[in-house]
Amino acid sequence: MDSSQILVTILGTGLIGFVGWFFFLAPHQVAAAVSSSSGVQQVDITVKGGYSPDVIEVQKGQPVQLNFYRDESNSCSEELLLPDFNIRRDLAPFQTTTIEFLPEKAGTYPFTCGMSMLRGSLVVK
Amino acid sequence: MNTSSTPAVPAAGNPPAATDTAATRTETLNIEGMTCASCSNFVEKALSRTPGVQRATVNLAAEKATIEYAPGQINRAGLKAAVEQAGYGVFEPEAPTAPGVLASDEELAERKAEAYQDLKRRFQVAVGLAVVIMPLSMLMLWPAMMSRISTPVLNYVLLALTLPVLAYSGREFYVSAWNGLRHRTASMDTLIAVGTGAAFLYSLAATVVPEFFHQRGLMPEVYYDTTATIIALILLGKVLESRAKLKTSAAIKALIGLQAKTARVVRPGGQEVDIPLAQVQTGDEVLVRPGEKVATDGVILEGRSALDESMLTGESLPVEKKAGDQVFGATINKTGAFRFRVSKVGTDTVLAQIVKLVEEAQGSRAPIQRLADKVSAVFVPVVIMVAIATFVIWFDLAAPEQRVPLALVNFVAVLIIACPCALGLATPTAIMVGTGKGAEHGVLIRNAEALEKAYQVNTVLLDKTGTITKGEPAVTDFVVASGTAPATVLPLLAALERQSEHPLAEAVVRYAADQQADTSAPVADFVAHEGRGAGATVQGQAVLIGNRRLLEENNIGLGAELEQAAAELLAQARTLLYAAVGGQAVALVGVADTVRDTSAAAIRHLQAEGLEVVMMTGDNRQTAEKVAGQVGITRFFAEVLPADKAGKVKELQAEGRIVAMVGDGINDAPALAQADLGLAMGGGTDVAMEAAGITLMRSDLQGVVTAIDLSRQTMRTIKQNLFFAFIYNTLGIPIAAGLLYPFTGWLLSPMLAAGAMALSSVSVLTNSLRLRGFKAN
Repeated sequence: MDSSQILVTILGTGLIGFVGWFFFLAPHQVAAAVSSSSGVQQVDITVKGGYSPDVIEVQKGQPVQLNFYRDESNSCSEELLLPDFNIRRDLAPFQTTTIEFLPEKAGTYPFTCGMSMLRGSLVVK
Repeated sequence: MNTSSTPAVPAAGNPPAATDTAATRTETLNIEGMTCASCSNFVEKALSRTPGVQRATVNLAAEKATIEYAPGQINRAGLKAAVEQAGYGVFEPEAPTAPGVLASDEELAERKAEAYQDLKRRFQVAVGLAVVIMPLSMLMLWPAMMSRISTPVLNYVLLALTLPVLAYSGREFYVSAWNGLRHRTASMDTLIAVGTGAAFLYSLAATVVPEFFHQRGLMPEVYYDTTATIIALILLGKVLESRAKLKTSAAIKALIGLQAKTARVVRPGGQEVDIPLAQVQTGDEVLVRPGEKVATDGVILEGRSALDESMLTGESLPVEKKAGDQVFGATINKTGAFRFRVSKVGTDTVLAQIVKLVEEAQGSRAPIQRLADKVSAVFVPVVIMVAIATFVIWFDLAAPEQRVPLALVNFVAVLIIACPCALGLATPTAIMVGTGKGAEHGVLIRNAEALEKAYQVNTVLLDKTGTITKGEPAVTDFVVASGTAPATVLPLLAALERQSEHPLAEAVVRYAADQQADTSAPVADFVAHEGRGAGATVQGQAVLIGNRRLLEENNIGLGAELEQAAAELLAQARTLLYAAVGGQAVALVGVADTVRDTSAAAIRHLQAEGLEVVMMTGDNRQTAEKVAGQVGITRFFAEVLPADKAGKVKELQAEGRIVAMVGDGINDAPALAQADLGLAMGGGTDVAMEAAGITLMRSDLQGVVTAIDLSRQTMRTIKQNLFFAFIYNTLGIPIAAGLLYPFTGWLLSPMLAAGAMALSSVSVLTNSLRLRGFKAN
């Protein structure tokens, strides 16, 4: 093995480790819902290559309103799925799409794009 | 929320938030642009001054105006105009729980169309340039040509041609990958961006600083053709995908498109006006002429006609309707004209409920998808790691002069061939097409799980009444005493029974009508004997019809002949009506629940598909046996009390069976819920049956066959899709990494990888769209 091979091997291994850490282990952005005067828990979510925030905490038994603002026209994020609540919605680019539902059971429910690439989770407490 | 003291103002969010009191109507508007108390006062004054408004209160904190007005003088639109004239806005919330219900989102559709046009343009540019870049890159294959052109110049020309492909056509991939990285998510775009980016940057270095390569004993090779072709091919895949995707949701659009645009409303003065559907309100009277679409749901006031309800129920034969019968929006009036009173509008109509149910089903997730979801969640980062490993291994093991190009080419090929899209699209697209197709056939699937369960079912339990049989009594036997002519007795009985509302009486009247007996004889002194029957004077003769007790109480004997006939009929499990004319027993009417014409064929069909069909009924053993025999069922439960129905389902489940329970959805909800799959026969009225996984709009067992066939085809499609997606990726990635090279010398060109990747998601989609060809048996 010459020096360049050793260098590439070390760099490559390090990069593989970094990719794993970056996507799987790094902490997520968490947001708790803000309750409006009418008792509806509201969260604004920006959709741009992902969901931010991507972990949303709400209380069970109170209606939830998620406002998804899609800040891109990339087709990956055009659909939003919240399968545990039977929701599949098209998000119009550069517009806010509001989704309302009533979480009745505590648990963690994923929301994803149409192909399950972009992911977030709704934590009902 | 609403602070008004007016009772029963619906929650905000339902746009037509209006209630009627005697002469006024109350409406709530969401006002925008109010910043202070003076604003709200201003709006309040502006509204109060508007003609027709009796009282207006504006709540600044809630940003709502509650207005009481006379509907004859002004309407919601007028109120909105008044607010707007005062300089403020009215926010019309879309009902988020039922989007698109009866109003498909035109703006969304427009934006989608725009995005598609843009995509097509970017694809065309990429193809146009790639077609030039490819042959130019191959010039080196002709040494005679190459000797006349300097390589550096050619490389710069290629660079100039490739830049627009990256910056314009492929820009979306890089932007999206970057946005994703900021959220620590990776998608297909990340793979394409890294793959093409690596090839491009290497080529750029080889073009700009070739000396650097020469010094290290490397050929400064460029991969512009690879970069441009990959982008062109991936965009081709996206164009095809967008086109196919539009078709997967076509069913919902078709359903929404079914509704009428206008209604001909009869005003109190008798004047007829055509008004847009949105303005029709409950209580309005609507006129429907032959060939017209029924505007919304209601009850016929006068007139009779045959209506085509196939769009809602899947029933192809027109349904006869008369005064008092319900009609549904979007159905088509065939023969007669009628007038109906509107009972439901907007999101309450059957059509709207169907749309909502189908939309919800399309948003649900099938259990079979779980593995694919788990894989997709980690797919892209894992592929990136595999690609890096591929680069390192090739760099370490290949011959020194070839190590960089081989490592790079295989790195790019791995990134490009991996297709998470196929995995992500495999299940949902098939579910979308399948549920939409179901709605077309009057089979409403609540969610993907129900569809999946229907596929696993091996036993179908039928609740006899209302499923195998019509659930309404019909006359099966009419026996008269000797010396009496049926033709003279029947009209008398029917004329009497016309006065009664008992279901058995209706059966007699229907029977008489079928026999074309004249039932118009004058009836006097009608008396209903509760729990026993009825009596009256018809054409001057005392007529009695009812149970045996009724005759006994009137001291009328049956006579040996009728006595024997009665015993025989009772043995056949008939319900008997005893009739007497002028104090003499003259006839027996045998009544029974009759088997639907289609039941036997449907049951045969289910059995032919390998399903065991079991019947359950509250009737006695004899009746049960007879009906079961009639329709070819060998196993049945008789004398089942309503409360025990769920127990019978459990009993079958304990035998290790996966049970589909078919009932009318009214008194068998617990059994429907207990079963692995509940199928409710809605009879075209009640769409949203909570307990049932599948609702059949048509009262016909054929719907069960359709539901199970559709589920089997959809599941087969999903399995094919998942198999293809998994196999494609598990074979494609190792081949692209060069696993076959040591044995066969095969390497995969990144351009071929791009082609394969583009085709893989399109083929999954196309396979799902094949379900559109589903035909019910």
